[in-house]
Amino acid sequence: MKHCTVPHRSFFIRRLPIWAILLALFTLLIPSATYAEYGDVILNKRAEKAGMRPVIFPHWFHRIRFKCNVCHTEIGFKMRASANEIRMADIVNGKFCGACHNNQIAWGPENCQLCHSGLPGLKSGIRGGDATGGPGKW
Amino acid sequence: MKKECVAKRFIAVCVGLSIAQATLGAEPTSKIKSYWLPLTQDELHDPANPSLKLLQNPAEALSVLPRDGSGDQVNWVQALRNGNIKPRLNIRSSTQAEVFDLDVLFRNTDEMNMVNFPHKQHTEWMICSTCHEVIFKSKAGATKFGMLDILNGEYCGRCHGAVAFPLTECNRCHNVPRTRAEIPDRAY
Repeated sequence: MKHCTVPHRSFFIRRLPIWAILLALFTLLIPSATYAEYGDVILNKRAEKAGMRPVIFPHWFHRIRFKCNVCHTEIGFKMRASANEIRMADIVNGKFCGACHNNQIAWGPENCQLCHSGLPGLKSGIRGGDATGGPGKW
Repeated sequence: MKKECVAKRFIAVCVGLSIAQATLGAEPTSKIKSYWLPLTQDELHDPANPSLKLLQNPAEALSVLPRDGSGDQVNWVQALRNGNIKPRLNIRSSTQAEVFDLDVLFRNTDEMNMVNFPHKQHTEWMICSTCHEVIFKSKAGATKFGMLDILNGEYCGRCHGAVAFPLTECNRCHNVPRTRAEIPDRAY
């Protein structure tokens, strides 16, 4: 294989085109995978199996109106996506989302499509913005 | 110059630019376009859902808040302190909270700057029992954890990287420099 003007010895220089293309493709992939808003949670453990769209929980919307401890201490949502076993019957009975979504603090659970608003096929977990999709297991 | 050379240099420049974009692209102005997408375009909400138009779009709510260079581009601590937002503290009147102004210094950070943990910013958003004794023991030094745990979504990583500023913001936590003499020896 012929080289520019100086004979290069380094593996990385000799193999520049291959690893460079791979790296370029990899770095181009990073921003394209993060369209959702930072901290959005997808709940789809049961929704689609029951014939509903997945639930999208927007953290940004809720933290404007409530401090963290309301949901994560008072209501008892574990800080781990998919760790909470949330059933619609519980919500209707005033647990989990239903602690507020009861037509008193926020709109009630009969407004199905407002929560069940996700694209079909989404996997449960935390999504979104800059570095949410890091190496962790949120 | 040979074609191969030109191609190599072009690729090298592309790589450089894309790395720079990925690492330095924290300027809020350049990010506004790709953040706060309308719900119909965020690849999460189903545009076919007729109720979508009833939901608030993030740009409407977030663009008026103090700006930050990472996460959802909002400086939430500042937003709270400025009174831009007034989130409710409780839905049960029994829940009481007070801001607790105590800094905890984490010295065991290898060659990185030491970490100063401010209770103040955290207790403005949460009450003691949100973290104690669930995630952290109250006694200083009693909870042993490392950066790998945090990157794996434990301890600080429960929130940071998910809803609070992300783990790419090293210096926001590692913000107490130590002198050269204090840096522990590394074995290479």
